[in-house]
Amino acid sequence: MNALRLFLLIAAAIFAVLLPISRKAAIRYARFAVLFLVATVMLMPFAWLACSAFKDKEVLNEYSFLPPPSQMSTKTLNLDNFRALIAERPTLQGPVGFWRYVINSLFLASTLTFVSLFFSSLGGYALAKYRFRGRNFLMVYMLASMTIPGVVLLAPNFEVIWRLGWMDSYKALIIPASVSAFGIFLFRQAMLSVPKELMEAARIDGCGEFRIYLTLIMPLVRPMSGAFCLISFMGAWNAFLAPNIFLQSQSKLTLPVVLNQYMGTYQQQYGVFLAGTLLAMIPPAILFFSLQNEFISGLTSGAVKQ
Amino acid sequence: MSAGPLATASPKGFNTADLRGAGWRWRSRGAPYLFILPYLVLNLVFFLYPLIYATVLAFYQTNGPARRAFVGWGNFSYVVKDPDFHKALWNTTIFAVFSIGLQLPLSLGLAMLLNAKNDRLKSIFRLAIFAPNLVGQVFVGIIFSVLFAPHYGLLNRGLHELIGWGLEQQWLGDPKLVMPAIIIAAMWMYVGFNMIYFLAALQNVDQSLIEAARIDGAGPASIFWNVTVPAIAPVATFVVVTSTIGSYQLFELPYNLLQNNGGGYGPSNSGLTVVGYLYQNAFANGDLGTGAAVGWLLTFIILIISVIQIRIVGSVGSES
Repeated sequence: MNALRLFLLIAAAIFAVLLPISRKAAIRYARFAVLFLVATVMLMPFAWLACSAFKDKEVLNEYSFLPPPSQMSTKTLNLDNFRALIAERPTLQGPVGFWRYVINSLFLASTLTFVSLFFSSLGGYALAKYRFRGRNFLMVYMLASMTIPGVVLLAPNFEVIWRLGWMDSYKALIIPASVSAFGIFLFRQAMLSVPKELMEAARIDGCGEFRIYLTLIMPLVRPMSGAFCLISFMGAWNAFLAPNIFLQSQSKLTLPVVLNQYMGTYQQQYGVFLAGTLLAMIPPAILFFSLQNEFISGLTSGAVKQ
Repeated sequence: MSAGPLATASPKGFNTADLRGAGWRWRSRGAPYLFILPYLVLNLVFFLYPLIYATVLAFYQTNGPARRAFVGWGNFSYVVKDPDFHKALWNTTIFAVFSIGLQLPLSLGLAMLLNAKNDRLKSIFRLAIFAPNLVGQVFVGIIFSVLFAPHYGLLNRGLHELIGWGLEQQWLGDPKLVMPAIIIAAMWMYVGFNMIYFLAALQNVDQSLIEAARIDGAGPASIFWNVTVPAIAPVATFVVVTSTIGSYQLFELPYNLLQNNGGGYGPSNSGLTVVGYLYQNAFANGDLGTGAAVGWLLTFIILIISVIQIRIVGSVGSES
């Protein structure tokens, strides 16, 4: 009888004891137990990842998580994986270290977030607050464009980027992705509820249309902006296909592409790319924890009418 | 609502009422076009043009972006006959079927468990179950490539502890187990994501309807089928359709999961997806024409399936 089976057996036994006493309590307990079990399973890979990143390569395969307290020492737990990870490597562009890729990823993700926040909210503002010729046609067109799967554009866009001379340039990753129909609709939805009288009052005060957007509307849709920033940042941070296709110089690569390379390089010493994966998860996690509530409401706002 | 932004906005330029009136009437007419212009330009260059151009490209065989030859329907007939494409389409379909048949009911079940009122632990559980979604497909692939390792992988060890089987299973080396491995990894990643949608839908179900049904003597199963299901049908449709579209475009997760097993496609292409096939042809082999043809085929497949799904869910929704 091992610990895991014993634990499950005890959990089931508690349910069996509770059931004849109080049906309601037993159901409540079962609900909690199932959720607890699922949550544990979901968090297990994170715990395992955090442990593996610090384990010495000699004991990497020996323990599932951490070595027993009696075996804990710098021989079993240390920063060797991180040291190997951040060591500079010779490339065609000279020696490049891991931090370079971190900076590349941070630069790309934050630039893309900022630019797409601006253009998407501006587009959403136009659709939400103005009646203009062609607006309805445009909205139908945008909705239709959202049903086209992005993969059909991969091959032709490769040629477009090539003809524009943007190969191996961040322009290829930033400019095409700097505004999306999805983002525009997200902001349109949030801006619809801003009363028109407020804008009229601002106009009478001599406020320009762009200024109304920037100083009046944007502060009112801050929760949606937060959600949108998180969605864009995570999308750009985790992107693999486009950077893999368009970037060529080793020194310009982003974290997902480089960690994919390291999987081959460190096949036998997998603690190294796990350490890199652990580091790569930190920025989105920080952003998520600061914007959690906005994120979930933004995520579902398109699907569920509040 | 604060008047801050209004108070700080000082009138500039237009001093007489008439001039100001004419000014903002013109500006408010031109402004929306200007604001939507970035979208229009970028959409034209990177969406509409490539979309039309994909149709042209699909009839050419290319070697990189520079060299090409007209082949008519050659790309399509090549792809349709290619056993690798059959394999890719089969794998992707299996993945989509399991995503919807296994993962979505699980998401709904978890959402219903979480939906009960008065629970402080609710937000903690919600966060824990959603957490894998913070990790991109690439990183999920990397993590699971080690979790699935025989002998020392966490999954094999856990299975061994629990049921005494599976310690030496070659999840990523055995062609029969590659798709189950991909499905498991994707389930870990997306079950919480879909749960969030179902949870939001459940929270919007009219509680008075449920109360009324209960007073009329309806049991929990009857309430579920007659009140909850019709109420969440629109969101369920949305989740089913977007999951299908997402499933058919699967690439980054298996490509990274299988990086060290068959170069990203699994032993004997057992983990090849349609987008993986497109990537192989268009970017590894440089034939953008075939890539465009595969893209169009996939688009048609997805559109047909989405329409069928919307029809089915629509008819179920109107019956109940």
